[in-house]
Amino acid sequence: MRATHPAKRQSIAAHAVLLTYTLIALFPVFVIVINSFKSRRAIFAEPLMPPLPGNFDLVGYATVMKQGDFFQYFLNSMTVTCASLFFVLLFGAMAAFALSEYRFRGNMLMGLYLALGIMIPIRLGTVAILELMVATGLVNTLTSLVLVYTAQGLPLAVFILSEFMKTVSDDLKNAGRIDGLSEYRIFFTLVLPLVRPAMATVAVFTMIPIWNDLWFPLILAPSEEVKTITLGSQVFIGQFVTNWNAVLSALSLAIIPVLVLYLIFSRQLIRGITAGAVK
Amino acid sequence: MGALHLSNVSKSFGKTEVIKGLDLTVQDGEFCVFVGPSGCGKSTLLRMIAGLEDLSGGDVALDGKIISTLPPAKREIAMVFQTYALYPHLTVRQNMGLALKQAGESKAAIEAAVTRASAMLELGPYLDRRPAELSGGQRQRVAIGRAIVRRPKLFLFDEPLSNLDAALRVATRIEIARLHRDLGATMVYVTHDQVEAMTLADKIVVLRAGVVEQVGSPMELYNNPANTFVAGFIGSPQMNFLKADALGEHGATLGIRPEHLTLSPLHGDIAAKVSHVEKLGGETLVYVRHDHHGLLTVRLFGEHDFAYNADVFVTPDRTRAFRFNAEGKRVR
Repeated sequence: MRATHPAKRQSIAAHAVLLTYTLIALFPVFVIVINSFKSRRAIFAEPLMPPLPGNFDLVGYATVMKQGDFFQYFLNSMTVTCASLFFVLLFGAMAAFALSEYRFRGNMLMGLYLALGIMIPIRLGTVAILELMVATGLVNTLTSLVLVYTAQGLPLAVFILSEFMKTVSDDLKNAGRIDGLSEYRIFFTLVLPLVRPAMATVAVFTMIPIWNDLWFPLILAPSEEVKTITLGSQVFIGQFVTNWNAVLSALSLAIIPVLVLYLIFSRQLIRGITAGAVK
Repeated sequence: MGALHLSNVSKSFGKTEVIKGLDLTVQDGEFCVFVGPSGCGKSTLLRMIAGLEDLSGGDVALDGKIISTLPPAKREIAMVFQTYALYPHLTVRQNMGLALKQAGESKAAIEAAVTRASAMLELGPYLDRRPAELSGGQRQRVAIGRAIVRRPKLFLFDEPLSNLDAALRVATRIEIARLHRDLGATMVYVTHDQVEAMTLADKIVVLRAGVVEQVGSPMELYNNPANTFVAGFIGSPQMNFLKADALGEHGATLGIRPEHLTLSPLHGDIAAKVSHVEKLGGETLVYVRHDHHGLLTVRLFGEHDFAYNADVFVTPDRTRAFRFNAEGKRVR
């Protein structure tokens, strides 16, 4: 029994560290959510207290629902995020498959070129991107955002997925070729399901910066009907007065969709991992 | 069914030449085994026949028709892989029927072909399972079944038994031999295991570094090896190579199989020391050490006891010896 003690102590220590980290990471979110349910006075008087019957107030949510077209902002954010995610995963996986599967001249260089974007922030090109969008008449459309975010997400997607694609059994792909499957069928029905955990990882990494981004919506699509939720929440932050109830409520609401998407992908992640372990 | 002809086939990856201008004919209905150490190019050759690897030169013809320009699916071949390579998202039935479905066969024809193949391999109870629900041996039977369903002119096997445990390997080996008898199909089989080669083949092709060392039936290669490489590769335990000059023989090397050496504690040609004894019940393998000849293997039938480091005398049966020159070529 003695031998098991140090292991137990170690595991307690490890859990303590992890718990502390979790608390620190979740604390700001917790503060946002509890304060969104409080009256303005209570937010400033006791910011760390949970809402009590005395100071419970839904005025923030009421403002958010009344002012501006919040449902539309949500829809815009969802559209942009889902569309960008779809294109990043599709094109990223296809490029990764080509890079890992086919031997061609300049394969290595092409891979490096595609991964280079990880090191160069896309915001450096904002002026050029804006000029391009003006020239093509895409300013104030969701399309402009989808295009920019797809470009922003692709380098990391190609990089991670091409590493994973290399682990897919050659025999399986060759069996498909002998059975007469096209390269597209091999890619979509044999390879993609096997790299699903990696796809989920890429999806999570790609999705969160897109959902949270304020920069490109502000520059490329600031008009009312195409505002994203992050940009929409800014109406409550004024130069002189900030409606904290509304800001906190809007932010609390904005967490929900991204949380749902994350839960979907993380389930895929776990399923992928256990499927591999059981086989 | 058809005969396979390889004429002057070669393959290079960049500057590395893997297959160096190889000619080979596999007769209709023949079971041909490519055998050789890893890296000898045997798998590459098989993949070239399958169309999974482009040829750098030469032609592959099946049944008199050049197939080297066709895509794999159009070559009328079927392949069984080392890692089974079953489609994880399809049931056994769908796995076996996929090639015919892709070829546009009718549902009834596919069903009939799957039923026939599954009956041959006793896969009936598993038809609606997915590969993840099968054991390793069952998966490999499904992979073989998938090949049979296509009724190909040529079967290709790429080390199909390597991932199975010892008992299953023997059972599946016998099954493949039976299938070859029943189907009468031309088969090409790649392995690095000389026991599989000896037990299955009508014709063995011994490869080394992209070059054919010798082609022949298992017993031809066993009884008549062309060089020291083939002599050492075919037969288990490995042949002993003695220095001919020390025994007053001509040639450079004297090859003697372990069963053609006799062991005596009292007198004989070579005085050596016992280095290790392996008792297998039916036979005993005695490894003896000699300063000049190196480590020799002696195969004795029945059970024998030898103390470690005991002095013994080894005598080769010179009438059964193979003589090789300094380049390793056979001298007759």
